[in-house]
Amino acid sequence: MAFQPQERPPQGNAQRLTRPVVMSLPGSALDPTGHSTSPPPLPRLANAYRALEHGFDAAFGSAGNPLKQLGALGFLLLWLLVASGSILFIVLDTSAAGAYRSIASLADVPWMLGTALRGLHRYAADAFVLVMGLHIVREWLLGRYRHWRRMIWWTGVPLVGLVFVSAVGGFWLNWDRLGQYSVVATAEWLDALPFLAAPLARNFLGDASLSDRLFTLFIFIHIGVPLLAVFGLWFHIQRISLAKVFPPRPLAGSTLAVLLALALALPVHSQGPADLGSLPTTLALDWWLLFIHPLMDATSPTTVWVLLGLAFVLLALPPFLPTATRQAVAVVYPEHCSGCARCFDDCPYSAITMVAHPNGKPGMRLAQVRADLCASCGICAGSCPSSTPFRSAEQLVTGIDMPQWPIHALRRQLVDGLRALPGPMRLVVFGCDQGARGRLDAPDVLHFKLVCAGALPPSFIEYALRAGADAVLVNGCRAGGCAFRLGQRWTEQRLTGEREPHLRQSVPHDRWDVAWTDTGDEPALAAALDALRQRCQPGAHPASEESHR
Amino acid sequence: MNRALNWTGQALLYGSFALALGVFSRWPVYHPLPDGMAQVKVSFIHHGARLAECRPYTAEEQAKMAPNMRKAMKGERERSPVHSAVDIDGQTVLDQNAPPAGLSRDGASTLYQRFNVAAGEHRIAVRLKDSQSASAQTHQLERTVTLQPAQVLVIDFNPDKGGIVLQ
Repeated sequence: MAFQPQERPPQGNAQRLTRPVVMSLPGSALDPTGHSTSPPPLPRLANAYRALEHGFDAAFGSAGNPLKQLGALGFLLLWLLVASGSILFIVLDTSAAGAYRSIASLADVPWMLGTALRGLHRYAADAFVLVMGLHIVREWLLGRYRHWRRMIWWTGVPLVGLVFVSAVGGFWLNWDRLGQYSVVATAEWLDALPFLAAPLARNFLGDASLSDRLFTLFIFIHIGVPLLAVFGLWFHIQRISLAKVFPPRPLAGSTLAVLLALALALPVHSQGPADLGSLPTTLALDWWLLFIHPLMDATSPTTVWVLLGLAFVLLALPPFLPTATRQAVAVVYPEHCSGCARCFDDCPYSAITMVAHPNGKPGMRLAQVRADLCASCGICAGSCPSSTPFRSAEQLVTGIDMPQWPIHALRRQLVDGLRALPGPMRLVVFGCDQGARGRLDAPDVLHFKLVCAGALPPSFIEYALRAGADAVLVNGCRAGGCAFRLGQRWTEQRLTGEREPHLRQSVPHDRWDVAWTDTGDEPALAAALDALRQRCQPGAHPASEESHR
Repeated sequence: MNRALNWTGQALLYGSFALALGVFSRWPVYHPLPDGMAQVKVSFIHHGARLAECRPYTAEEQAKMAPNMRKAMKGERERSPVHSAVDIDGQTVLDQNAPPAGLSRDGASTLYQRFNVAAGEHRIAVRLKDSQSASAQTHQLERTVTLQPAQVLVIDFNPDKGGIVLQ
């Protein structure tokens, strides 16, 4: 196993140790000597976005924050579109003469049910575009397009185009003045492409040239293309495990209520039947979905094609940007892997599969890591039951481990670090590199910076307390904001006993705590540590005094 | 107190969300065509004349062909581009050659152009030349039309209706 020796603090003269002790495993943000002051700062824009998210946290709570649930919100809106669209399809007359009448008659349905249905469909589409845009901006600002996320990013790019194609096509089915304007503008735009034998816009020269069969094409665009988008979404989320396809219930309920209220307060009306013999002069345009038409009117079809191509190139470009060297991926040690599949269950990126164990024992399995999918978060090492530090082996080898920050090094540094603390108070912080980034500058603190809180086997808390710590603080990203998706959630569940491997209930809860803090929450982290320090005065715990003696 | 603030914050943010959706789904109002204007669309799909008439193969050409592939007549496929011009009130607004489609340039020539003109009475002259060898226009039409605001006048070519048609 690759192992790098760590700088060992002086022993036996602990009273002379005055500077704070920051321990770090190689490969994490701080070097083993603690001389490096801080991990690389987040870009200013990312910080600004985090500040915005924190503002939303205050209103919605961290786990229910819509800015952290944009993907799940997008799915909710898709389900709403499918449900409302299915009913609309039943009432739609798919002919040039009947389409307008069939949709306009929805306004006559009692209790405004038709109005609500139509409004819900339209506003869900508008909201989908808004949520999709925010989702792209968020992932870009937070740098989530590199390495193992590259394919996830790329598979999302074509979805943007499919969403707009299907959304714009929906206006044509209604065949009112807005639909007429949109379909003619789209046809003229497509005619700028060089490979069309005849201008599409000729189909809309007059009402006589319009055939009912054209509405079959409209239906294909408005129903077939979304089906293609759903297929694309499957690719988009295939590389993440436990993808959220439904937001938390309060958020889903509130979003639905807002859309329904909007549908009733600002009903969506048809804007008069289409008449190809004249042009609409005034349109209540849906700028969320149809902005491309005025853009073409103001420029030219070719300009819009160039801008569109440029936009998609820019969207596809981020994964090509230069980036830091990728960390080493998880390594499985077959002789220590029991095939329990906890790492398989916990991996946020589906990077682990279970295969037949090479020892040939019937039914026994072995974890296997797909290097291209591995995020090097260490959550698998934290989930492995063999990662317990209580094992008597001098060289602690676990079933699955990160070669650059092995469990063995964590145990050794914990023991050495606690010995080096001058006392009488000894606090251990297992921190997350992605969360609050401040160093806890105090001589009574042994601060470990892990790549993710989920990389910490929970038994290390008990081990630290038995090895002489007065208290232990676990620190990670705020709920819903884990940089590795599930690290915070799994850690919380492991510590509360809801998930294996769990922290034993016999560990006194007054001697450990958690602080879910993001970058910018450093004061909150320091306050959580102070509270723990006040709660756990030295001498109050005979066990720890015993171990020091 | 905190709970009340949370509810207020949520109400404000959901309200902003609804406001953004509601407002930009209908506002600002868009005017695709300025007031008092009409539109003229010139569009046709028309095959130009063949550049060369069919002729018999020469004896030399026949000799180069395999015996089972020999034919009596050779028809050139390439067609003439269709030239069209439109004058409105004596001013030329369109003067364009539409090339034949296809790799062998044997397909139809197509055109789609539109112009905004002020509503009212206009003298419109349309000229079409679909044969390169012809010395003058092969089709032409001149007519005075009165366009209503927002009306769309289509200038098309339909041989069954006598060539150039205004509709």
